[in-house]
Parts: sequence; structure tokens; C-alpha cells
Amino acid sequence: MCGFAGYVGQVHDADTLLKQMTDAIAHRGPDAQGKFVASGAGLGHARLSIVGLDDGQQPMSDETGQLTIAFNGEIFNYVELREELRSRGRRFRTSSDTEVILHLYDQMGEECLSLLNGDFAFALWDQRRRRMVLARDRMGVRPLFHTSKDGTFYFASEIKALLKIPGISAKIDPLALDQIFTLWAPIAPRTAFSDIHELEPASVMIVEQGRVTVKPYWQLAFPHRDTPSKIVNEVEVAEELRALLTDAVRLRMRADVPVGSYLSGGLDSSLVSALAAGMAPQGLKTFSVTFDSAEHDESAYQHEMASALGTQHRAIACREGDIARVFPQVIRSTERPIIRTAPAPLYQLSGLVRDAGLKVVLTGEGADEVFAGYDVFKEARVRRFCARQPTSRIRPHLFRKLYPYLPGLRQQSVEYLAAFFGAGDALPNDPLFSHRPRFKTTAATKIFFSGELRETLKGYDAADDLVSRLPDAFSRWHPLNQAQYLESRFLLPGYILSSQGDRMAMAHGIEGRFPFLDHRLVEFAARLPPEMKLKGLVEKYILRKAATDLLPRSIRERTKQPYRAPDSQAFTGKGDLDYVQQCLSAESIAADGLFNAKAVAKLQQKCRTQPASGFRDNAAFVGILSTQLWHKNFIQQGNRTEQAA
Amino acid sequence: MAETTKDKVRSFIIENFLFGDTSYDLAENASLIENDIIDSTAVLELVAFIEDSFDITMSDSDIVPANLDSVARISAFIGSRTGTVAA
Repeated sequence: MCGFAGYVGQVHDADTLLKQMTDAIAHRGPDAQGKFVASGAGLGHARLSIVGLDDGQQPMSDETGQLTIAFNGEIFNYVELREELRSRGRRFRTSSDTEVILHLYDQMGEECLSLLNGDFAFALWDQRRRRMVLARDRMGVRPLFHTSKDGTFYFASEIKALLKIPGISAKIDPLALDQIFTLWAPIAPRTAFSDIHELEPASVMIVEQGRVTVKPYWQLAFPHRDTPSKIVNEVEVAEELRALLTDAVRLRMRADVPVGSYLSGGLDSSLVSALAAGMAPQGLKTFSVTFDSAEHDESAYQHEMASALGTQHRAIACREGDIARVFPQVIRSTERPIIRTAPAPLYQLSGLVRDAGLKVVLTGEGADEVFAGYDVFKEARVRRFCARQPTSRIRPHLFRKLYPYLPGLRQQSVEYLAAFFGAGDALPNDPLFSHRPRFKTTAATKIFFSGELRETLKGYDAADDLVSRLPDAFSRWHPLNQAQYLESRFLLPGYILSSQGDRMAMAHGIEGRFPFLDHRLVEFAARLPPEMKLKGLVEKYILRKAATDLLPRSIRERTKQPYRAPDSQAFTGKGDLDYVQQCLSAESIAADGLFNAKAVAKLQQKCRTQPASGFRDNAAFVGILSTQLWHKNFIQQGNRTEQAA
Repeated sequence: MAETTKDKVRSFIIENFLFGDTSYDLAENASLIENDIIDSTAVLELVAFIEDSFDITMSDSDIVPANLDSVARISAFIGSRTGTVAA
């Protein structure tokens, strides 16, 4: 796991530029740095040594010197691929997975991507064809951004490296801001920065003779909704799932350093930890975060699971004040505004892993997308159920069952429940049916946008934009699969794997690995009948079956508790921090021009005096604060640097 | 001129749910839910406002969109409880 940066074209003083770009992402690879400069192209690399500790330096060239790669991530099946290549006469000079990509590319060109099982982003300079090949893993675990300036194409693992390029300055992209305040994340390739783009997951980009082409090499797809369900034996399916997951964990335990595991106390990380514990003869180290507030804390389950597995368990407490303390660094890492604080405790957690001397952790992330664990899937099912009988006074009671942790909903009448979820007037053919209430509620935060920003965004609808990106086959999928696609293709890479995942882990030089996102498992789950994933209102049904003898019943049968953290309350308790006051002051808000200063002052006052604010107010508070921090970090600081230069 | 029930209700909604945005065209019969002006927590804030400001105790069965989902409905509901005509 590492970071890299580079260019295709002409630059002034390539060595200095590559050094500056690589230094900007040095946190991703604190173990070593390297660079490669050729005529018309350059690569810089910051290395976190995990596989091939002594001989995996990068950028790495093949023995002809014609192919050179800078690589971030892991190819988990590199051992099998290397054996296959050796059997065909290929000779290897190192024990690293990086060299495997060089050989595969040499044999197959970019077609080799379909053979890789891993979390990766890489840039490969092909001197023979004078082209740069850029690629990202299927689900979007590892990041890759790019931009162009004066005919030269630049790329990097994080945007802060691109901001080192002379003449590139940070500017907010208003449409991205609208997307974040509606969909929770920008729609790739858009980023929060104007003119800086993201390579989409499962895509390969080729920069050759001044032309840039992008194409997908893999697509998440589901069966036609009318495909008759084969008679499937539940026991056999659970066994196959268990075998695939076990193998996914086995591959992800490969490293020349110890591998630990996050343990939240939920089904997914418990299952991953249980499988990993059986493959760690030296014992497994597990890590979790705890909260003071009962509504967020899962420590009882964490202790139970750690004790059942006999892991060496460590926890870090996220106490009042902690989120606010680390939030500026969190936003510097996410490089985009966010509407929830949930990444902040994960930033603390990766620091705990680093302090424990580990570099790699497994996580349970991805299971909720792949096996339908999120509440939004159940909510959509209940809404469809209610829509069939809009006058029913019984059916809307089910909404209460969905969100037992939201006091505001528990106390509502049946009529209000039905109204809030649009149960009576649902449009079942709406492609965003499953997510419409969430998007609508989130979009209500845009009431705080300034008049100027609203004018700029006039006529734009982020939800419509999202619909325009859906594949043709989408309308032919089962509603549950449609909802899974929206989560897996957009929110997973756009928020979960980036803002909560890669960025929070890499801020402390920690590599997260995601067994549930092994593409074999993703493809297997996509083929399953929807009822095997969401059976009635039991989420991840088949996964629970597969976990039968691995987990205590109390963990196996737990209803999912969504991972959440205190939002506006984290900033409005005792002793407001100076930076919060400064970012939200009327002067700052007016100067940055994105929000309505008077409304923000009222929101701040409301959050301070009414700690139990609802979703809209919390999301707005965190979204506005993070946007202001983003502005301060990337725009104001950039302007100061330019002036100093 | 004395502040009417509707004025009070409208002011409360603008201050607390629209955060002082007087440019918002809050029609008397506009649905507060469909226009994303209130969420589930805001309903409870609205109930507290009505009880505190108009000395009314609301039972669970009163807390329904038919009574609370627009300025006009809220004002009418308050009027029916206080014996005043909503104006």
C-alpha cells in the first residue's frame, strides 16, 4: 500500500516536481520513496512496505527497462499468477506482487486486469508504445485522480499531490457540492475540485499521443428480474458462500508483516475476524472504537467476540471532544466535504493500529452492499408493501421496526410514518425508488446554500444526474438489486471506501483489506435470488446461515446496528473549539460565499440549544462545517502559497 | 396590529425550519412534509411549540398530518382547541 504520482508530457524540472508531489502523499508510504523519469513521462512513489519488503522498491521496471510501474495496493492472488507465469517460462527478480503486473501486462496488455484479484491503482509507463496505462480496482478501494495543464497530463493517489503542480489551484466544483448535499458524495469522475477528476472504479485509462481514453474492464451486473429462480439448496449456497469468503480472507492474510482485524461487534467484522483468527497461528490482533453514548456504542459485543475468538483486543474510546479535535485533519484527508462525522472515529482507530505496530487490517466493509444489509433496502421493501394498500393503518407500523435507534420516528403516529416515507404516493418504477426519501431529506440541507450558489445551480438536479449514469440493464433488474447497485456503484466508492475507508486508514499509513469485496464473492452474491439476501425483513440472511458455527448466536442474530457517530453534538458541547467558531462566523461564511450566514448562525444556535436535532439539521451542520474547513484547507491555503511564491 | 395565530405559526416555521429564509414562498396550504420543511424530529419541535405557545395539550391522536401539515391546518387546529377562529 502506497501512494504514487506522475505525468505524461513535458514538465519543467521533473525531479523537483515529482519530489513535491510524492512528499504531499508521504503519509501513504512512509517507508521509502522513489522516482522514475523518462522522456515525456515521470513517476513518483511513496512506499508502505508490506509484500516483498527488501526487493519491492518502486517505481519498478521490467528487465528490458521498457515497462515501468508505480503501484498502490495489493494483488492478493499474485502467488498463483506468478506460478502460472513461471510455468510459461517467465523469470522473476523479486518476490513482490508489483513485478507480476509487469509480466502480465507484457504478455496481455491491459487485458491482464481481468486476472487481478486485488485492491489497486497503478500507473504503468510503456516505453515501447509511449503510453501510460492507469487502472483502478473493481470496487474502488484505491484512489486515483488526474488533471491536465498546458497539454501535460498529471495523476496522483490523492488530490493534494496534484495541487503541487505549478498553475493548478483549488476551486470548488458547485455541482459536486450539490451532489454531496444530496447524494452524500460526488458522482465520479467528478470530485469536489473543479477540473480535477477521479478515474472510476473498474476502469482503465490510456494516455497515448496526447489522447486520453477510458473504458471499463469489469461491470457489476445482476440477472434479469424475470429470470426464473433456480431451485437452490440454501445449505449448499451457504456452504459455497462460506468457502468463497474463507478464500477471500486467506488471500488477504498474505503479507510479509502481521495482519490485524477491525472488530465492530457486528456480524460482518466478527465473521471476518473469526475466519482470520483461524489462519493466524501467532494469534490475531483486533481493534475497535467505543463511544460514551449508549446509542453509538457496541463495546459489549466487541468484548464478547474478542473473548470468544481469544484475540489480542485493543479499543480506543471516542470521547466527547475527540471528533471535533480530529475533524480538521479528517477533512484534509477526505479532500471533500462530508455530511456525517462517522469517518472521524475511524481516523482515531487507524492511529491505534499504527501505535500497535501493525500496517494491515481486515475489515467487514462491503458486506452490507453485497448481501443487502442496509436499512435502506428494508425501507424500500416496506414502502412497496405500503404502496399496495395506501389506506392501511397497520402497514406503516413496520417503519418503526426499521429504525429503533431513531427516537424521532419511534414517537410518530402511523399517519406521519406513512407521510415521511412517501408510502402512499410511491412511484415503484422510479429508478431511485429505494433511495428517494434519503436523497430528498438530504437535499433539504441545501436551504443553507447562499443565493449566489443557488443561482449557479439553478436547473441542476443531482438525482437526475445520477439517473443518467445508470446502465441500460438497470431497469430490468429486481428492485433489491437496483438498490444494491446504487449503494455499490456510487456510495461505496464515493464515501464508504474513500472518506471512511482508504483516507482514514492511510492518514496513519494503514492498509485496509476488504474480504467481502473480493470480486468472486461480489459476483456470486449478485447471482443469488434477492430473497436469499433480504428474507422478509431479515438482512444478510444467507450470510447469517454461512456463519452458523463460527459466531456466538447473540452476534449472529443481531439486527444490524448502523455505524454512526455523534454529529452536530460533537461540536456544540462544552468548550466549542475556536476553529468551529471561526469557520462558521458570519465573516467566514460571507467571505467564502457558499452559504447563507444568517441561516448558518441560526442553525448553530439551534444545534447548541437542542442537542436532539434531526437528520437534516445534523447533516447540514456537518456539511457546512466540513465545506468551510475544506475551503480553508485547500483554497485559502493554496492562495497563501501562491502569494508567497 | 395584533399578531394572529397564522402569523405566529408562520414565524415559528420560518425561524426554526427555514432558518430565517423569508424569501421562501411558504404558501398557507403547502405541505410541510412534501416540501421537505420538516422531518420526524421537527414534528416534535412543532408540537412543543404549539403546547407552549397556546397552552394546549396534544394527545397522540392529535399528532397527525391532517392537523399539522401546513400553516392553515396548524392554525385551524389551534383555533379549534382555543376556541378562536384562525385568521
